[in-house]
Amino acid sequence: MSYEGVAAFKDISFSVESGDYLLILGENGSGKSTLVKGILGLKEPSAGKIAFNGITPRQIGYLPQQNAIQKDFPATVQEVVLSGCLGAGGFCPFYTKKQRQAADKSIRHLHLEDIRKKSFRDLSGGQQQRVLIARALCATDKMLLLDEPVTGLDAVMTAELYDITEHLNKVHKTTIIMISHDIANALKYANKVLHLSAGNSFFGTAEEYVRTDFYKNMTGGGNNAEYSC
Amino acid sequence: MPSILAEMLSYDFILRALLVGLLVSLCASLLGSSLVLKRYSMIGDGLSHVGYGALAFAAAFNLAPLYVAIPVVVAAAFFLLRLSQNSRLKGDALIAIISSSALAIGMIIISVFQVNIDVNSYMFGSILALQQEDVAVSVVSSLAVIALYILFYNKIFSVTFDESFSKATGIKTGLYNGLIALLTAVVIVVGMRLMGALLISSLVIFPSLTAMRVCKSYRGVTVFSVVISIVCFITGLVITFYLPVPTGACIVVVDLAAFLICTLVGKIKSAVRK
Repeated sequence: MSYEGVAAFKDISFSVESGDYLLILGENGSGKSTLVKGILGLKEPSAGKIAFNGITPRQIGYLPQQNAIQKDFPATVQEVVLSGCLGAGGFCPFYTKKQRQAADKSIRHLHLEDIRKKSFRDLSGGQQQRVLIARALCATDKMLLLDEPVTGLDAVMTAELYDITEHLNKVHKTTIIMISHDIANALKYANKVLHLSAGNSFFGTAEEYVRTDFYKNMTGGGNNAEYSC
Repeated sequence: MPSILAEMLSYDFILRALLVGLLVSLCASLLGSSLVLKRYSMIGDGLSHVGYGALAFAAAFNLAPLYVAIPVVVAAAFFLLRLSQNSRLKGDALIAIISSSALAIGMIIISVFQVNIDVNSYMFGSILALQQEDVAVSVVSSLAVIALYILFYNKIFSVTFDESFSKATGIKTGLYNGLIALLTAVVIVVGMRLMGALLISSLVIFPSLTAMRVCKSYRGVTVFSVVISIVCFITGLVITFYLPVPTGACIVVVDLAAFLICTLVGKIKSAVRK
């Protein structure tokens, strides 16, 4: 399983192998969301290509950025997780037994059994993210794409979320792609880093990345471009 | 009480109002949860004003009202949803523009063509407004709305809850947003004769908002809002039989009462849990 992307926003190729933990970094407007759309198969790259090998875009579990609508949404954990199975159902109007089993498995997987009847709006931010990961895992456990998952979470919940991704990655061999601003924490878990930037971008292992200027700038070692405006 | 009910039901116009009203209340409350949660609470208001314009047009040229109003309002609903996705004008501003413009155009048509219609009944509804042929169209379209909603319930839930995720899993979100727009438009047009252009949106938003105070699950909200909607409609209709008050307004006030009661119950419930 691998793909290489050469997108219009910059000349960068990168590949993800099964079992990788890729961290995608970059300033706002550097093309992260375009890349996400490309990976999910929602947008054709205007130049270059994204090649999938042994996986289709539909087999990528997706955790989108949090949206305001969900904050007061009256739906149980069970209902939310089940909705993750819909993509595979085609035109079938109701959930099949197989879909319900997939949802149950996902719920057990993320230890949501005790809160499955609770309302999504009554959960803490960390619990909500766990539910949404469970939903994403309904369709697949091959690859999980998380778009800024720790935004708005406190330190304890953030640590918990990283533990979940690490567990999925190490124990279940789920490939993780995470987009994050939380570079200090996320780097501990990732084995590969893709840094998108208007000028030149970086792709390599996490060890290589910490020796680059990108890393020094991001962590405040040098002149940080983000503060200059 | 039973004798009064029997007396009520002996009037043809009440029977018609009851039948259409029940179906419209049911449909409106089904769609309500999705619209409220997608922050489209005012869409009913906007569309009903477009409906008013269309009905004025139909009256001016002697056309069958529903056959003109349904396509026009459906077009407006699509226009609203499409445009607010892609343009700088956001949903609420767009609804405000469309609804006041359609109202203004309707008023001009009425005065230019000297149309002899009761503006009051268009604005605030009338149980006398339903003609025999309206009933058939109303019943058929309401049943279609209910059937489509049940068939696509799960997908509508998913698209309402999280559009980006739904899109990523291969659900055609544009199609289902379009479906919601279509169903909403039909319900608004069918219901506005009874409730009036100014009051029909309450039928869409009140039951769902009320149910959301006390229910935890989406299914619970959906089912309970249907029950509330129907109970409030019947209560309102019965009250207007006793008191000299307009039906539409009375139903809205009963809906408001139900909302306040359920808000209180919800508050007490969450206080007890703590």
